[in-house]
Amino acid sequence: MDALGFKFILFMITALVVIVSSILMATRKNPIHSALWMIVTFFAMAVIYLLLNAQFIAVAQVMVYAGAIMMLILFVIMMVNMDKGDEKDTTKAPWSFGKKMAAALLMVILLVELLFGALFYRMTARVGDYPADAVAAAGNAKTVGALLYGQYLFPFEVASILLLIGIVGAVVIAKRNK
Amino acid sequence: MIEYIPILVLLCFAILIAVLIVGASHLLGHRISRKAKLSTYECGMQTIGPTRMKMNIRYYIIAMLFLIFDIEIMFLYPWALVTGGLKMFGFVEMLIFVAVLFVGYLYVWKKGALEWE
Repeated sequence: MDALGFKFILFMITALVVIVSSILMATRKNPIHSALWMIVTFFAMAVIYLLLNAQFIAVAQVMVYAGAIMMLILFVIMMVNMDKGDEKDTTKAPWSFGKKMAAALLMVILLVELLFGALFYRMTARVGDYPADAVAAAGNAKTVGALLYGQYLFPFEVASILLLIGIVGAVVIAKRNK
Repeated sequence: MIEYIPILVLLCFAILIAVLIVGASHLLGHRISRKAKLSTYECGMQTIGPTRMKMNIRYYIIAMLFLIFDIEIMFLYPWALVTGGLKMFGFVEMLIFVAVLFVGYLYVWKKGALEWE
């Protein structure tokens, strides 16, 4: 089997895992189970990033999302009302017809947008500035670094302010009585 | 893609060995269940009340701070790869980035959020 066929099969398997696990995540009654299915989704997404030669993003996905952010989500679930994890929430009214229609419409709009985007790129044969093969030749983390610390310097520095706000916010909210 | 084959082999071996060990002990080991044997013992205690209680918010602060400094390290990794070409400019920009987060670190420290009182 050639490399392209192997890649295609691998992509199909991981894409299937992503779809199934994200559906399971959205439909679980127990929030902890949802969170665990979300980890599966994150890992499968990391494999898709690897298939696109985006090794740095894949590692970041596993370390930051599947590791740190998931831990934060689990803590949040455990801090809010955990006693009612399995029980069906009867306090919430079922969605009204209008709400359901709005959600469905939004879904259709997003799908059409996705289809148009894919068709546009397929028909015009346009590629972005950083196609997967070119990035792979230069080294993914290196490309990210060169862009982040050159062209996108300002967003990078602003990110530190964002993280600072995160620190201050967490301390202010959690240590209010001190 | 071919360079990931060793990782795949490693994963397969890890799963295989785990299955083998657990499976072997399940098949070969012999089990006698008695009431005393199945009860909680040593460090295990009979649970009192619901086990799903609310977590202390302290864990959340520690988790949040870990996350933020984790992201800082993620930013350092691509920087380390290109810093040779960026010379002094790269050093200064990372210094500003780390300095801003250091202010946050000092704030957390002075506020006593790292204490487990």
